[in-house]
Amino acid sequence: MSNPVPVGIPRRKVAVRIDGAERSAAEGCTILDVCRDAGVEVPTICWDPTITPVNACRVCVVELEGSRTLVPACSRRVTEGMEIRTGGDRVRASRRMVLELLASSVDLSRAEADILRWLEEYGTDPERHGPDRARVTEPVRRHDELYVRDYDRCVLCYKCVDACGTEAQYTFAIAVAGRGFDARISTEYDVELPESACVYCGNCIGVCPTGALIFTREYDLRESGRFDPEAQAVTTTVCPYCGVGCNLELHTQDDEIFRVTSPQDHEVTSGHLCIKGRFGFEYAGGRRREQREGADPATEASPQA
Amino acid sequence: MESRPPVGAPTPAEVRVLDGAVGRRHDPVDSRVIRRGPDRRHLLLPSLHALQDGIGWISPEALAALCERLEVPRAEAFGVATFYALLRTEAGPRTVVHVCDDIACRVHPGYRDPAEHTGHHRGEQVGVHPSPCLGQCDRAPALFVQRAGDDAARWTATGSVADALAGEGAAEAPPRVVAAGPAWLTGRIGVVDPTSLEEYRAHGGYQALRVALAMGPEAVLREIADSGLRGRGGAAFPTGVKWRAVAASAQRDRYVVCNADESEPGTFKDRVLLEGDPFALVESMTIAGVTVGASQGYVYIRGEYAGAEERIIAAVEQARRHGLLGSDVAGSGLTFDIDVRRGAGAYICGEETALFNSLEGYRGEPRSKPPFPTEVGLFGRPTVVNNVETLHNVPVILGCGAAGFRAVGTAESPGTKLFSVAGDVSGPGVYEVPFGTPLGELLALAGAPVSPGAVLLGGAAGVFVPPGASDVPLTFEDVRAAELTLGSGSVTVFGDAADIGDIVERITEFFRDESCGQCVPCRVGTVRQNEAIVRLRSGSAQPGDADLLDDLDTVMSDASICGLGHTAAAAVGSARRLGLLDGAGARR
Repeated sequence: MSNPVPVGIPRRKVAVRIDGAERSAAEGCTILDVCRDAGVEVPTICWDPTITPVNACRVCVVELEGSRTLVPACSRRVTEGMEIRTGGDRVRASRRMVLELLASSVDLSRAEADILRWLEEYGTDPERHGPDRARVTEPVRRHDELYVRDYDRCVLCYKCVDACGTEAQYTFAIAVAGRGFDARISTEYDVELPESACVYCGNCIGVCPTGALIFTREYDLRESGRFDPEAQAVTTTVCPYCGVGCNLELHTQDDEIFRVTSPQDHEVTSGHLCIKGRFGFEYAGGRRREQREGADPATEASPQA
Repeated sequence: MESRPPVGAPTPAEVRVLDGAVGRRHDPVDSRVIRRGPDRRHLLLPSLHALQDGIGWISPEALAALCERLEVPRAEAFGVATFYALLRTEAGPRTVVHVCDDIACRVHPGYRDPAEHTGHHRGEQVGVHPSPCLGQCDRAPALFVQRAGDDAARWTATGSVADALAGEGAAEAPPRVVAAGPAWLTGRIGVVDPTSLEEYRAHGGYQALRVALAMGPEAVLREIADSGLRGRGGAAFPTGVKWRAVAASAQRDRYVVCNADESEPGTFKDRVLLEGDPFALVESMTIAGVTVGASQGYVYIRGEYAGAEERIIAAVEQARRHGLLGSDVAGSGLTFDIDVRRGAGAYICGEETALFNSLEGYRGEPRSKPPFPTEVGLFGRPTVVNNVETLHNVPVILGCGAAGFRAVGTAESPGTKLFSVAGDVSGPGVYEVPFGTPLGELLALAGAPVSPGAVLLGGAAGVFVPPGASDVPLTFEDVRAAELTLGSGSVTVFGDAADIGDIVERITEFFRDESCGQCVPCRVGTVRQNEAIVRLRSGSAQPGDADLLDDLDTVMSDASICGLGHTAAAAVGSARRLGLLDGAGARR
């Protein structure tokens, strides 16, 4: 994390209790901040360090003394004297059900490792909701060489919408449409991306926790069964296109880039990029030219000819 | 702002509708349109209504043109348009009949499954859609007609689709309104002409506003607090505390919002108040406005209440003409005005923060609380938001004083309460009774069978009443002690022959349809609950289904964002505890 510059009036400290232990926290912190400082794991899905919490997934709920219901740790700000319990049957029961309900309705097989671990740890059993249960069924939207939208995996965490909108890109190409179980991330009238406001910055892919938004190359690798973490590497570099100096992380398998990210704690990008940094890596893979249809390797030496 | 890829031009008819709704984009006279910023977004829902009414659907071209004028991203506007049941984003028949198939109508002898209704009328194709409760349970079986075009109209009706289509402009039967005790809230209904300000004044109208202006805000706040008035929308929050918080705010911009989005199945008392005594609401909101220091009020009324909307708009206009609204309210020098906004078919918009979002032009998704509306409400400003019935109590309190108000009801629940009684009763209607009236007495008053099959208190979000509960006094404290709820004050009675399993299944379907989809416990939980009840009723229940329903109850009531999720398992849970679903699987 970048160090915050201290300006203005210093924040008052408030005393709270997390699972019985006294903690001191700066006023305005969330329960989640305090828990993480205390080394208490609170699962999150829709929370992201670069995005204002929407507290939609509800997997981070904790027990707050005096509150009739559980409260979302990600967005509830601490106040003096709060008594918070992050474990116990009541909290575990709701977390287990949230995870189980998600797993029963969408395909989480490509979700972040933490999510997969919590599914195990909390003892979820999606199958008990019956073989005929409603699921999210959407066609895979694979329309170009840049990215794929596979909404069967979407948990509606709102991160892509917010990254596309006011939290990063201010492009507003996607929003939630429909209602209830039929709510989906969508462009207007579900038009294809080139007809929408999308500028292909790929910041939605960067924040997607479940693989619903994915680089086309990575998607193809995974679908063909050739995706192999053992054969992968991450190379950190600086984007060559302009003078801003965004850090890039090039994820490669067999020397072929299949995904580009930027570190979330990078003070220039906060994890966000533009179309050039995100997708403009074609030139880095020399093999593309050799593979060009009809191209003869012998004439490649003098392309002017 | 987003880039805007070109789309086709809207049709001349669509342009006309948009000109009327938001003003012309390049009209030099209309200074509204050159202003930039987010302040015109609240016109989004009224504009979508205008397109729906004028054209019959919201086309991509019209949406794009609207978005350009309001500076709203297209994807977001599409998200708003697809949130509501009364707005369509695909072309279809210009006339649509919404047939109520909810809990009160489906037990009516005249009820027919919407699927059995014909889709044609005089050679024209007519859309027939099943609908959640239309708030016309006293006029069951209820229908609501939406016709688009140059002769756009909306009206409600009773009977069949054919009856509804033939019934345009026909006067609805007057509602049955009974007061057992002081008729504080219902005294003028059916007595005065609801379109006449003169008659309203002749029957005590606008005396309370005069009293309020003479007393001053501080005294009014004290009187409301001392009266012990509690919110009638379901949460029973002390009204005086709410008003005081907004009045004491350091922010200057404040709002008064009347929640007239009455959508709880089985509830229609606010509709009866709005139709029968609209000026009382205007006066009550004006008192609220001058007391808390708000200069703008909004009535958010559900889209299916076409008649009530017409009445309240007419009342606001008359009050404005007579100087009772506007920049000099009743000669006091204070400013207060009211805007009437129409919902578009979403139960969730009755949740106060969802209502704010809807009014501001966003999807009607509830916000996280805290902060509460008194702090961060409509447009982010401190807001008093009250139910119609709650507000109707205000002139009563100023008329008889806090002590006089407390002379009726109980210490914790002073005053009278309106109940919407419907279903298998001989006299469906609105009953005004003093708080503390036993449930059995109310049922007898409405002509319920001596031993009904089941009684549902508080609508879909409420609970089934156990047998022997007829002695329970209807007060906030007594029903809580009996683990019941007053909720919105609806009492739906089911006769011996009624299939309670079918009613419970309809309730689970209601929540499945009406969940906004924002949080996981409610979005998926309401679906799984519905599926489990369907399994139970079809005899294909799985061994673990009882535990599953318990777990769904737990996660929805403990971890959902708002009251919809918190109460989505209440009726099912009570039905299970009372054994009303026993043998449901064997029935088929």
